[in-house]
Order: sequence, then C-alpha cells, then structure tokens
Amino acid sequence: MKKINAAGICFKELNQKIAQSTDKNIEIENCLGHRYIGAGLSGKNIKINGVPGNALGAYLVNGRIVVNGNAQDATGDTMDNGEIVIHGSCGDGVGYSMRGGKILIKGDVGYRAGIHMKAYKTKMPVLVIGGRAGSFLGEYQAGGLIIVLGLGTAAGMPIVHNFCGTGMHGGQMFLRTSKPPYAVPGQVLVKEASEDDMSVVEPHVRSFCKEFGREAEKILQDKFLVLTPNKKNPYREFYVYN
Amino acid sequence: MKNTLGYIFPTFTILRDKNKCVNCRICEKECANGVHIYDVKKHAMQSHDDMCVDCQRCVAICPEHALQVVVSQNTMRPNNNWASTQINEINLQASSSGVLLSSMGTPNDYPVYWDKMLINASQVTNPSIDPLREPMETRTFLGKKGVSIVRDKNGKIIDNLTPQLEMQLPILFSAMSYGSVSYNVHEALAKAAKALGTFYNTGEGGLHNDFKKYGDNTIVQVASGRFGVTKNYLEIGAAIEVKMGQGAKPGIGGHLPGSKIVGDIAKTRMIPEGTDAISPAPHHDIYSIEDLKQLVYSLKEATEYKKPVIVKVAAVHNIAAIASGIARTGADIIAIDGFRGGTGAAPTRMRDNFGIPIELALASVDRQLREEGIRDNISIIVSGSIRSSADAVKAIALGADAVSIATAALIALGCHLCRACHQGKCNWGIATQRPELVKRLDPDEGSQRLINLVTAWNLEIKEMMGAMGINSIEALRGNRLMLRGVGLNMKELEVLGIKHAGE
Amino acid sequence: MNIADANYAIEGRTRIPSGCAISGIFQKDGKNVNGSKIVKSISVMHDRSNGLGGGFAGYGIYPQYKDLYAFHIFYNDIEAKKECEEFLDRNYDVVNLSKIPVRRSPKITDVPLIWRYFLRPHHTRLEESQLDEDEYTARGVMRINTTIRGAYVFSSGKNMGVFKALGYPEDVGEFYRLDEYEGHCWIAHGRYPTNTPGWWGGAHPFAMLDWSVVHNGEISSYDANRRYIEMFGYKCSLQTDTEVITYIVDYLCRKKKMTLLEMSQVIAAPFWSTISRMAPDEAKRRIYLRNAFSSLLITGPFSIILGFRNGIMALNDRLKLRSLVAAEKEKCVYVASEECAIRAIEPNVDNLFAPRGGEPVIAVLEGSENL
Repeated sequence: MKKINAAGICFKELNQKIAQSTDKNIEIENCLGHRYIGAGLSGKNIKINGVPGNALGAYLVNGRIVVNGNAQDATGDTMDNGEIVIHGSCGDGVGYSMRGGKILIKGDVGYRAGIHMKAYKTKMPVLVIGGRAGSFLGEYQAGGLIIVLGLGTAAGMPIVHNFCGTGMHGGQMFLRTSKPPYAVPGQVLVKEASEDDMSVVEPHVRSFCKEFGREAEKILQDKFLVLTPNKKNPYREFYVYN
Repeated sequence: MKNTLGYIFPTFTILRDKNKCVNCRICEKECANGVHIYDVKKHAMQSHDDMCVDCQRCVAICPEHALQVVVSQNTMRPNNNWASTQINEINLQASSSGVLLSSMGTPNDYPVYWDKMLINASQVTNPSIDPLREPMETRTFLGKKGVSIVRDKNGKIIDNLTPQLEMQLPILFSAMSYGSVSYNVHEALAKAAKALGTFYNTGEGGLHNDFKKYGDNTIVQVASGRFGVTKNYLEIGAAIEVKMGQGAKPGIGGHLPGSKIVGDIAKTRMIPEGTDAISPAPHHDIYSIEDLKQLVYSLKEATEYKKPVIVKVAAVHNIAAIASGIARTGADIIAIDGFRGGTGAAPTRMRDNFGIPIELALASVDRQLREEGIRDNISIIVSGSIRSSADAVKAIALGADAVSIATAALIALGCHLCRACHQGKCNWGIATQRPELVKRLDPDEGSQRLINLVTAWNLEIKEMMGAMGINSIEALRGNRLMLRGVGLNMKELEVLGIKHAGE
Repeated sequence: MNIADANYAIEGRTRIPSGCAISGIFQKDGKNVNGSKIVKSISVMHDRSNGLGGGFAGYGIYPQYKDLYAFHIFYNDIEAKKECEEFLDRNYDVVNLSKIPVRRSPKITDVPLIWRYFLRPHHTRLEESQLDEDEYTARGVMRINTTIRGAYVFSSGKNMGVFKALGYPEDVGEFYRLDEYEGHCWIAHGRYPTNTPGWWGGAHPFAMLDWSVVHNGEISSYDANRRYIEMFGYKCSLQTDTEVITYIVDYLCRKKKMTLLEMSQVIAAPFWSTISRMAPDEAKRRIYLRNAFSSLLITGPFSIILGFRNGIMALNDRLKLRSLVAAEKEKCVYVASEECAIRAIEPNVDNLFAPRGGEPVIAVLEGSENL
C-alpha cells in the first residue's frame, strides 16, 4: 500500500504520483479539492481520505476508487469500466455519459446524476444511490441501470426531485418507492417492478449493502418502481421538410 | 376590346397544358371571376386572362395539375422610373377619375428589417437548452405591471395587479372585421384561439351571436363607427380594443359599401341593411390625448374595471411620443400595427406611402417608454407583417410582449395574396360574403390549420429560445443583446438599439 | 454623463462572460472571523479562476466607524483623486480618510491609487435633497462613477468593505493584508473572464451600499434585466452580470421592501409547472410575483452569494446549473462553489448540503429582523 500525502501539492503533481506508483494499491491522505484523480486510470486501487475535487475517475478504464467522505461534481464522467465507491454524498453530474462499470454512493446525489448514461455491447453501467437524487435524474438516459434507494427517507416522501427521467430513451431506472415521481414525461413509462425486474436489481443492491453494511433482504422486499422508455411514444422531433 | 385608349394588357396569363387538361370544367365552376370557360365548338377550355387575379384557386383545384398562372409576357419598354404598374395606374385613373384602391399589405420594395437582424446562440460560456426535454416556457401575460407591493395583515404579499390577459404563447390573431372576412373565417379563428389558449379579435364588425361562446378567447374591438358596441358586447370579450388606427392605412377610416351590409353583417353591426358602414378616420370623441383617456375610462367604468383595455395604433413618425401618451391614459396594452399590415381595402397611395416599419416603431416605443420609466405601465403587441416565428422572436427581443398575425393566418386558411379582396369574390371563401364561396372554407379544417401553424411557430420559438440559453420567454423581452444587425447603417442600428454583427 | 471614461471603455464596452469560484463565511452570533480564513477557503478553488480578478467583502470590519459609510475608491491618478475629494467635501462630512494599506507583491501589478473614506451625508444637503441617507449616498456613488473621470467607488456600505484587484484571489487577499481584518461575514470571488479586462473595478464583488454580490455564471437574460432596472435610476455601466444582479437586489429589497425570500422568488421564480403544484394561495402569490416582475427573472446559469447589513444569502438558478454547497458548524454558516473550500477551513461540519435550484440559503445575525 503506497501512501501519498496530498497536502500542499497541486492536482497535477498528485496525479503524477499516482500514475508513477508501482504499488497498485494507493491511499491518499489530506485530499482537499484535488481534481481529476483517477482520470483515465487503469489497474489501480485508490483509497481517498478527504474531499476529492471535480472529475474524480473521469474516463476510468478499470480499477477501484474508494472515497471515505463526500465527492464533488462530475464524478465518473464518461467512465468506461471499474468501480467508484463513495462513503458519502456526491455533487452534480455524477456518471455523466457512463458507459460501463459501477458507481456506488452511500448518501445523496445532486442534479443530473446518470445523465446520458449509455450501455454498449457487453458494457453495462450501473449507478446505485443510497439516499436521494436531485432534479434531472437520468436525463437523456440511453442505457444502463440507475437505482435510487432513498434509505433514511420517511415513507411517502419523494426520493427524487423534479424532471426525473426527462429525455430517457434507453436503459432502466429503479426507485425504491411506491409513489411515482411527479410529471414523468409521456415518453417514459412507470410501473411497479416485477419479480423479473427485481432480479436485475438484486445483485447490485447486494453489492451496495456489502459495501456499506446494510441489510439487503429488507431492502429487496420493499416496493420498487421501474422507469423505462415508452416504445409506443418515443421522443421524436416534429419536422416538416422544407 | 372596347377602348384602345387606356387599354391595360392583362397582368396574368393562364397556361393550360393541353396534354393534361381533360375538360372536366372544374376550373370553370370554381372561378368566381369567370376566367375559365368551356368553348363547346372547340371542345376546349378557354381563358379570359383579363379577369384573372392570380388567386391560384384553379391551379390548386385542377385534378390534373394542368394549370399555371404566370405574369404575362407582354412587356412595355423597361424603365426603372416608369414601371409598368405606374403606367397602368395612370391609365386606370385617366379612365375613371377614381382613387386607386388596393387590398392586403404594401407589396413595394421597402427594407424588411426582420431580415437584417441575426440572433445569438449560447456557446461555451453559457449552455443552450433542449426544449423537447427540458422546461421551456412561453406563457405570456399582457397588462399593466408596475405596482407597489401591498401586503395583507399577515404581511404576505397580495396580488394587486389590474386584470391581465393570459396566453399560453406570445402570438394572437389580429383584428379582421366580420364583413371584410367571412363568417367561416371568424369561426376558424375563434376555435383556433380557444384551442391554442390565445385570442382573436372581432375587428370593427361586431361580434356575431354564434361566437359569443368563444368570449373568453375574444378581444372585442371598439372602432370609430362603434358598430355592434353594447354593454353586453364589452362584457363578453376577454379584453376591449380601441382602434385608433391601422398600419395599412394610417389616418383614414374604413368604408364598407351598403351592398355588402346584408343579413348577418347588418345584424352584427347593428345597422340597417343596405346602409353604408362608415368608420370615420378619427373617433369623433377623441381629438386630443386626454380624450382617449376619457374613452378608456368610460370603457373601464362600463365594465367595472374587469377587462384590460388595448389601444391599437398605426406606426407613424412620432409613434414613440404617441405611445408614451397612451401609456399614461390608463390603457393596459398598446397594439402597434406597422405600415406593412394588411387590409380588406385601402387607397393604394395610403397603403404604399404612409406609416413606418414596425421594427423601427417597436424599437423606438420600447426605448422611449423605458427612458421615461413607464414601460411597466403597458404591454406591447406588434403586428404588420410578422411572417414567421423568427420575426416573432426578433420582435420580442426588441421589446414586444407579443405579436399578432393576420395575413399569415389567412394564408393558412387558403389566401394566396392575390390582393383582390376589395372585389369581394374571394375564391377561397375568405374575403367574401357570397354564400357559395364562403362555404368553400371549412371552419373545422381551417381552425386545424391555424392551430397547426401557431403550434409549429411556438415550437420553433422554443427551439430558438433554447439556442439562446433562455427557458422563459420573459427573459427574451427587450433583450437586445441577442440581436445583431447586418447591412444596416449607423442610424438604423441606433434606432433599433442593436449592435452590428461582429461587435 | 461621462461614460466615455477610459475605465469603462475597457470593462463596459463588451460583455465579458466569466466562470468563477465563490465562497462565503457568516457567523450568526456576530463573532469575528479573521480575513485569512476566507482567503484560505477561496485559494483551494484556484483552478476555477484564471488570475484575472479576485476580491473579497468583509462585514463588521470597521467597528470604530460603524455608523459611517466607508467608501473604498480607486483612482487612476492624482487629478481624479482631487476632483473626487472635492465632490465628497461638498456633499459629505468626511470624518477620516487614508490609503488602504497594502502589501506590495510582484503578483499584483498596475496598482491604482486606493483610498478609503469614512463619511456621512452633509446634513444640510441631505435635508435639501429630501432623500433618506441611503438613497442620497447611492446617488452620490453613481455620480462619481459615471461623471468623475478616473475615479471609481467600489465599496460604499457601513462597517463593511470590498477588497478587489486583478490577480488570483489568494494573492489579492495577501495584497490587501486581509489577515489584519476581523469581521463576522466574508464573501470571496475568483474570476475567470474570457477576455482581458485591464481594470480592477471589474473584479467581483460588486457592491452598492451594504449589498455585495459575488457571482458565478453568465446570465442569458442580462439585457432584458438591464433595460428594465435602468428605468429606476440605476446605470449598468460595467455590463457585468454581477452589477445588474446587485441593482436588482437593491431595487427589490430596499425600494420595493421585499424580503430576501420574496426577492429570490422573483429572480429565481420556479417554472409554471412547479407553481401549479403549490397550495392555491401560495401559487397565486408566485404567479403575481412572476408576472409583476417578469423582467427581473434571471435565466442562465448562476450561483450568487449576497452579503448585506445583517446577513448572507446564497442562491442558485432554478436549474442549478452551477455548483453550490452549504454547511453549518455551530453558529457559523459556510457556502462555497465546492465542498473542499469549506473543508479547508472547517474540516468537521455539523451538516453539509447542496441547496436546490431557486431555493435560497439565508442566514441572519441573531437578534436582527429577517430582511
């Protein structure tokens, strides 16, 4: 395990040290707003103590990044594979255009989480949010899986904010609630998750619970809703040829 | 071939493709001008080109698409100063001693300022917005703003605004009187206004009984002739418009000859059949600005202050000062009609030479009202050749609250701008009262076409707003930095209050 | 009005969009916080700026002159100073004046003359004007800024002051010796403009009387807002978003007597679809606010921190297109563009949250009425 002290050094230097480390396992101390940690990284396991800056794990190729605390904006931007685990909350735009890999977040996420997520061939991106999500969750979702558990929220209270799923045209979004989000667009279907649906969710809920010490059985018994694109009424532009 | 002196060669020539024509004679039946006639001896259709006004009805309706109407090839010697229209007009007057009368907006080659303004798009420093998937609001309220904050006993702010017009989009239908257009046109407009969540305008012909049920989407007009104006009429509409002028013919009134005042037209205007319907140039109780204030308040008092009052004026040279005066009369909305506006009939010389472009008028009025700190007193509607959603966006960016359309609406209903409305034989059933012609316009189909048109424009407006990084239309209003001029001189840029492209 | 002044020619001729960093600290119990703390917070967000502007506003920093207006003024040259001081002497009682102490540094160049004055309106002139002292002072500031060539008042509140310059915020903080000041409220800004304004006055915060505003983003409604607010005596000569936002706040809160919450409901009014879900009475009120003040709706991405006499407010646009994080530790409230800026000065907070789009975070001094 290589320990790197981030205090007093800039992000460029920190990221160079990470890249140059021959030890695959790295622990960073005193991280404070350092950006682009793990950007384009492969083959390493990084543990971060402190607050990583924006664009953590952007374009992640593979490997694991664990944060003991909160992360900021643009976490996992265009991530291709690998795992990011946040023992806290995340800012805005987490998993923007994620193509593969997993992001597990113990707490809440900000706006536009999972925006433009897309699957490709065998790659299947998964975003699990333990708490609540802000507005525009899964905007433009084209593939992959978003799961919001809303743990700790009182029953009947919303676990997502406004404009949930707007622009969704692929993939699935699971919400651990019986109350559909307000004003889901007509191009998106909401229904109760069936047993088949839940079999998709189960392994990811289990890994979430393993990571953060929660009871999977109890959570899996709760009511879940699933959002999918409405194939009968897809988003389309209304053009007339001129 | 009665007169060699004063002979004017027909403007249009009918081209009939003999290979396609099957002598079905539909064109003969359809043309109210008597252009097409079947010659029994020759077993072929013939054309009286001199009757043709190029309304395109026969072209559209011929099942074989065998017909074309072209500008005739007979040419007088080219002359940039004495164009053939000038020569023909002199002949018309020499033969008649009459005042030349025309319809629709001026066709003359004046600058179109809409086409010289370009719109900004957000890029890099500011995101553009996707109107299909993200909220994009075009809801508009017209009326007086500019109030002081009033609170109830719990300290909460209360709504103390005067009555407003709420529209789902910033487009309404301009005034066209029942008499200048047909009953079916009004029905189509009324239905469309209701479906769209906007308003249409009775014009000065009163409100037909059948359309009272659309009152919530109707603006009732009070013009100088006061036709059909009763307390009931005032209360039925959503707002009252005082017509002071019209862009196509500023300074003159209107005249519908007694021959057209028949049946429901007479009934709706509440005048005897066969009498002329004269709308004098001024309201003969408004000779000065304070008189307008008096009229505005008389209308408000009669309707218990429940209806917003609109004052419609033509765009003339001192429009900024006029607007400032109007903004202080208690009127809630001002409607400015530019010199390109359409009309059922106007003297040609008035239509072609009087008034100013709406773009410049709007820019001046908006600037003047802001300089005086009273822009809040009054909302601004503009009209006078709004041809597309791009014109509408530019109008709002210059400072308008909303735009109103008439010619565009009529085109959606079938008008081909042949400009022969004054003859009363509109083949599309629009500018006519002849029952056999009026019935050609199906109000349901017509209203659907109007709904389609305005819906399409609203979608385009949303797309343009999104491109500018704006998601609520109020943020576009008066936002002149979104516009740049091209090919405009310094003075034009100054009047419009915009920079040149590249700045 | 002499807007053809060289200063404005640089800053005010074109719109300079900017992305930025903002941070704020507020002690609800009025306890003092050293200026170095805010400098530390903003310096952690170094990468959000590009060194072309940095600034701070501190409240409670002049307790010995707390009832006097503190003018901070830039002068291009001695002549400008002379003319400005003559104006001040005619219209105000100047109780104290001095150069603002600075620490010279190679990182801060092209330094103008920087002076401060503690003053109050001349009582006879004030009476003659029939204005209250705030309006009198505000007009005086506008007069100087638009007619006296080479002079610019960049701070004009009581017991507060703005410190700004061309440079990275941490260097600006060092330059102005902020470690020598104590106040209960600090806001800070690092600028990232896309052009190169040469002029210090364009940096944030923008201040007017006790209002100071730092802002991140570029508003698309700028010209619609400007052309409306200028009807009420304000002149947006800098063409910056921050300037117009400050005037809008001043207009709605000081002149229209709205609360901060009501003001936020005008400038960040929710969408019609959101309003339609509110209780009918509240919905009616929101429709009224949105309609009556439609030209003051601000669209486009923004996050702002507003400092004022008794408190602080942070607000995002209703789509939350810029980041903003808030936290509390006992009686202290923190807001910043990034969490790290808060952790840098307070590693252990009681709670940390991201305010929603259009919902303000407001903190006021204990015992004062909510503005």
